[in-house]
Amino acid sequence: MKRLKILLQFTKKNLLRYFLAIIFSGIAVIFSIISPMVISFTVDSVIGDEPMDLPDWLMTRVSDFGGRDALRENIWILGLLFVLLTLLTGIFQYIKNRWFAISTENATKNIRDTLYDHLQHMEYHEHVKSQTGDLTQRCTADVETMRKFMANQVTQVGEILFTVVFTLIVMVGLNVELTLYSLAVVPFIFLVSVIFFTKVKKTFLEVEATDSELHATIQENLTGVRVVRAFGRQAYEIDRFKVKNENHREKVRKLNELLAWYWSMSDLLCMIQAMLVLFISVSWAASGRITLGTVILFITYIRNLIWPIRQLGRVISDMGQAFVAFDRIIEILDKPAEPKFTQGLTPEIKGNIVFENVSFQYPDGTNPLKDISFEVKQGQTVGILGPTGCGKSSLMHLLVRLFDYQKGSIKIDGYELKEIDKKWLRSHIGIVLQEPFLFSKTVLENIKLAKPDASMDEVERAAKIAAIHDTVISFEKGYETLVGERGVTLSGGQVQRVAIARTVLKNHPILIFDDSLSAVDMETDIMIRKALRERSKGVTTFIISHRINTLAQADFIVVLDKGRIVQMGTHDELVREEGLYSRIWAIQSSLEEGQEGEKNNE
Amino acid sequence: MNNTFQEEVFSKGVNIDLWKKFLRYAKPYRGKLIMLSIFMAMLAGFDAVIPLMQRYAIDNFIVAHTTSGTILFFAAYALVVIVQAIIVKVMISYAGYVETGICYDIRKDGFEHLQELSFSYYDTTPVGWMMSRLTSDIWRLGNTLSWGLVDFAWGLCMMVITSIVMLVLEWKLALLTFIVIPFLFLVSIYFQKRILLNHRDIRKTNSLITAAFNEGIQGVKTTKTLVREEGNLNDFMKLTKEMNRKSISAATFAAVYMPIVTLLGSIAASIVIWKGGNRLMIGTLSYGTLTAFISYAIQFFFPIRDMARIFTDLQSAQASAERIMSLLETKPDIVDNVEELEKNGLSDRKSWPKINGNIVFENVSFAYKTGEKVLENFNLSVKAGEKIALVGDTGAGKSTIVNLACRFYEPTGGRILIDGHDYTKMPLMWLHSNLGYVLQTPHLFSGTIRENILYGKLDATEEEIIRASKLVNLHDIVMKMEKGYDTPVGEGGSLLSTGEKQLVSFARAIIADPAIFVLDEATSSVDTETEHLIQGAIANILKNRTSFIIAHRLSTIRSADRILVIRDGRIIEEGTHQQLLARKGHYARLYTNQYTMQLEHGDISE
Repeated sequence: MKRLKILLQFTKKNLLRYFLAIIFSGIAVIFSIISPMVISFTVDSVIGDEPMDLPDWLMTRVSDFGGRDALRENIWILGLLFVLLTLLTGIFQYIKNRWFAISTENATKNIRDTLYDHLQHMEYHEHVKSQTGDLTQRCTADVETMRKFMANQVTQVGEILFTVVFTLIVMVGLNVELTLYSLAVVPFIFLVSVIFFTKVKKTFLEVEATDSELHATIQENLTGVRVVRAFGRQAYEIDRFKVKNENHREKVRKLNELLAWYWSMSDLLCMIQAMLVLFISVSWAASGRITLGTVILFITYIRNLIWPIRQLGRVISDMGQAFVAFDRIIEILDKPAEPKFTQGLTPEIKGNIVFENVSFQYPDGTNPLKDISFEVKQGQTVGILGPTGCGKSSLMHLLVRLFDYQKGSIKIDGYELKEIDKKWLRSHIGIVLQEPFLFSKTVLENIKLAKPDASMDEVERAAKIAAIHDTVISFEKGYETLVGERGVTLSGGQVQRVAIARTVLKNHPILIFDDSLSAVDMETDIMIRKALRERSKGVTTFIISHRINTLAQADFIVVLDKGRIVQMGTHDELVREEGLYSRIWAIQSSLEEGQEGEKNNE
Repeated sequence: MNNTFQEEVFSKGVNIDLWKKFLRYAKPYRGKLIMLSIFMAMLAGFDAVIPLMQRYAIDNFIVAHTTSGTILFFAAYALVVIVQAIIVKVMISYAGYVETGICYDIRKDGFEHLQELSFSYYDTTPVGWMMSRLTSDIWRLGNTLSWGLVDFAWGLCMMVITSIVMLVLEWKLALLTFIVIPFLFLVSIYFQKRILLNHRDIRKTNSLITAAFNEGIQGVKTTKTLVREEGNLNDFMKLTKEMNRKSISAATFAAVYMPIVTLLGSIAASIVIWKGGNRLMIGTLSYGTLTAFISYAIQFFFPIRDMARIFTDLQSAQASAERIMSLLETKPDIVDNVEELEKNGLSDRKSWPKINGNIVFENVSFAYKTGEKVLENFNLSVKAGEKIALVGDTGAGKSTIVNLACRFYEPTGGRILIDGHDYTKMPLMWLHSNLGYVLQTPHLFSGTIRENILYGKLDATEEEIIRASKLVNLHDIVMKMEKGYDTPVGEGGSLLSTGEKQLVSFARAIIADPAIFVLDEATSSVDTETEHLIQGAIANILKNRTSFIIAHRLSTIRSADRILVIRDGRIIEEGTHQQLLARKGHYARLYTNQYTMQLEHGDISE
């Protein structure tokens, strides 16, 4: 039921068109059933001497025209009629197909857009839990299965039902007894199809399994080529592959053999049914019980019954797949998402932040932050230092509400962080991630991501602050250079600098640099920081870094270890205090003493 | 390097030479293929005969008003039906057999060839590309070479036999109905071709959508922090809109095809009704012939549709064939010179000298095929048993030096001597069977832990496995697992933790007791305890072996006999940890920036 509800949601505006298309497919079927009657009428009542068994309105037309003799003189009229009926069938088929396509493609677009939108808004921890490959698979392959279900399976079933029902009505009208004979084998055809395609599913799955095994073996070999070569295991790999390749071949052959039996046997059943009808109708026509025209009609109509019903068995057994795919799509949509529209407070954000006994645990139970308390005033710069895994990044994730803390409170300008609208909050905090992601767009588009209406001037200014401008204009296409898979691969440092540019393009009251200069060399690091200081006066800034040098100018520095604050104070205070900070400082500064230039720049 | 890779552009016409090359794959199935063609001709014959039998029944029983002879007639009819069913069975069996056989053979050749190709090929070819060659392309080719032939044989015979039957029955009427055939052909070829092109176009857009989903998911953190959800959705909706438009127009286009074709068939049928009806009334045509002709007129379309489809399929199959051939015909860069090895008496494994592990780079230069120079006049001499740590920025050339030492690449200038032998004059396996190699991201094969360790030495005994595991601190961990060494590692080792994977890859490398060891150290952080185990394992492994370490761990670097600081393909500093720190140069700076954070509290207070 839930499935139906969601399906209706996707098809909403296209439902009417979809149903009209189904009705049109019925009309097309009716015309296609009428057209053989032209042939039987011609044979029986125009060429032959049987009475014309026509509806009154048509009979008067024929009489007006001159009756049987006139038709005999102008037999081309019947040919033309046959063509016209085929044309009508064709027109309705065309409209039906087009409308089916429009409504299912629109619904598919809805599904894709909804999924994409949902993924964008899905809670961040859900993303952390999921695998990209699996999500992508569901959004593509499963959506495709759904599309086929709507575009082919449902329409086929509809069309088959129309064909069978209308044909039977006409057949019963012609001759009840012969209709019964026409149905003698049909149920078996249907049953054999349903049973076969249900049973054969096991073999299908086996084939799929060997297929993915084969894929995995090739993939493993190719991605592990260094290991294979380093151990000189080519021959071994070839043997291993051979087994999988053979397995695959044998399984496909087994399936093929089953299919060979199915198609030949169901063909046999179909042809026996057709033969039965031919045998009885010919005998009856020979003894004058029925006319030649009726024989021709039954021979034609029997095909409307047997082949579609065989097909129906297959379609029905395939439908299960669509339900599985649909459920997998629904599973994604059921995952919790962040609100799309403003939900919560939208206060003016200046940049006064208070952490009070904040504790945070990841959904998987790891506990990165315990009892964090400190206060930052508007315009202050806070340095954060600590070994890998100490919770520095987690702290910043809390600030932009990628995760929410469980205990304590964070207040921004007096407002509890959890009550502030997520998008509002994020659009006021500029964060440069440790491993920034660039989209496969141009450099310009990547910088303008958060502010699409920025002028070229603004972009260049931001790029200059991030010390990336000169690099960008050295590219052949400058700011129009494509980044990523289909374009230039930027180095880690370049990616970080583009990310800085795109963040400083907007004026945020709060800025976070999450170890975002780690891949940039020291000289550039200093340049960037200097430019930033000029640009970001009055902006509350968090800097996470491993370099004491980078942190030294902060108004105060928070030293984290194993999720707790172990030290806090200005550089001068911390240097004098026995602890992690001073130890690291000692190592780093002793190394730098000899290096001219750097300290002088400060 | 990867972004220089480009899909080749392929020819348009029929490439006879190419198909000749693939004929050898059809050869083993020659008998079956010939039988198939004969069966298909028979099947087509029966299909063409059925309307004739109906004609016989109409003229001889219905019109003649007699049932005598019907039993015999239907016995014959039943025989035809049964034979037809048998042919269908055999036909499907054979065609499937040939299809799977051809796919198997080509895939086998392709895979074996890939085992020969050098790293330079792997470096410039995405794995996905190679995968597609071995899967979808081969499938398409096998499919066309088997089922394509079946359909072709059937279609051709069906057309020929039907035409002959019609001409023999009533040649004038036959010629009249043939009028529509050229139109049927033109329409079919035009539509099938366009439909194929539309499909390709849609597939392209579809892969863009897949990429967009991928990017949307991978970049979700960036999206959220930049509040880009709406902008991204708008971009995405442009794509789905395009997909929507293309799909609808393709479906609409395809929807015109069938009606036009049936219309053409009905025109042929109406000609039969008109002209045939007139002749019937004068008595020069029988009822049976008239109905048979109507059946034929409508039936004629099927083979034509099939033929048109096969022609378009053949085009795709040819593109696949060309891609497969381009893979099969790529020559490996590094191969043993069999003749010269034989001349020097090195073709037998037993005659290979034992490797001690002295390695000398003599004026070595190396450039990628793209022309990108990495090393120039590089000199380095490593004594047996020496531990060399390589440090430097990404792209400085560390990996290249290691790859050259392992002979994964060969120098483009200068030479590399191992125990005094120029390694290009030695068998490839001589070095590779003496090499221990551990990657930054350890690559395990799906299978059990035991199988993965055995990879290093296929005939190792249980004791050897345990000894190797103990040496790398793996044994105790494995013993704690429920299935011990038979624990499956999952695809790519996904069932093990990073640290466990690392240790298994150590055991695998150490079991063969290699003289030369290469370690590309991982940067990924593991928990302190595992870290400790790994450090211990590394120390054990490197004992008495010549080793190259692309180092990231401070402790590994410090324990090296010699540290090489690499920049732009040159050694800019060289010495032990203490010596280099004292120089306060590049190494000292790197140490400050990258390694301080690895210091444990104890280290820092030292």
